[in-house]
Amino acid sequence: MEILEARLYAGQDTLDLEVNAACGADLMSDVMAFVKEKVVLLTGLVNPQAIRTADLMDIKVIVFVRGKSPTEDLVAMAEENGMVLLGTKYSMFLACGRLYEAGLRGGGVREID
Amino acid sequence: MKLRFEVSGEDFSLAGRASTELKRALGRLGIDPGAVRRAAVAMYEAEINMVIHAGGGVAEAEILPDRVVLVLADRGPGIPNLELAMREGWSTAADRFRELGFGAGMGLPNMKRNADELRVESSPGSGTTVTMTILLGKGAP
Repeated sequence: MEILEARLYAGQDTLDLEVNAACGADLMSDVMAFVKEKVVLLTGLVNPQAIRTADLMDIKVIVFVRGKSPTEDLVAMAEENGMVLLGTKYSMFLACGRLYEAGLRGGGVREID
Repeated sequence: MKLRFEVSGEDFSLAGRASTELKRALGRLGIDPGAVRRAAVAMYEAEINMVIHAGGGVAEAEILPDRVVLVLADRGPGIPNLELAMREGWSTAADRFRELGFGAGMGLPNMKRNADELRVESSPGSGTTVTMTILLGKGAP
């Protein structure tokens, strides 16, 4: 949270979970096509489909980039699913870069030919 | 056990609800999480396609001891070129759906990857029926 200077919107109780990989994407089918591990999802997409995709893929942490913030119904959806929702003012590129620099190196995706 | 969902073509924010419910139902039955995820993702992609391209339809899931069979039927315009539609990255979705996070051209390829068997019956003007079988106990793709 400090690395991204993030704001917490949901999931206060589950904040101590561990992740080894991250994925940045705005198209949810790409998340479903390529993500293999349990990742942190960084996205600029703020709608119910971001939460649903994460839920289907067993993703527990979503970071909304570019200063976007979730609406109340999205926060409620996330709380219901036991997810952590964060928001950062950084762009996708900078948010991913900051996490990478901080040691989060896994892409969490399947092999791409 | 058979589940049936009406998929609305009007409200995009509801798209994916049927898949979420399917995931919960399969989870409750104690089915292996890898197979649950494959079924849920395959269904979600098909559900989204029905909303984006066909104005909604009906999704059915039959849960059998060794497999889950998903049938999604719509009365939309049909798929004019299935070979192209199966290609990763090929999309005919309207731009407004791309702004909503879809239209990456990964829908049918994702269904193919996650289902053990995929059958698409489609003809212009009479809609599309997608049938997918997910074998249980096989784990993640």
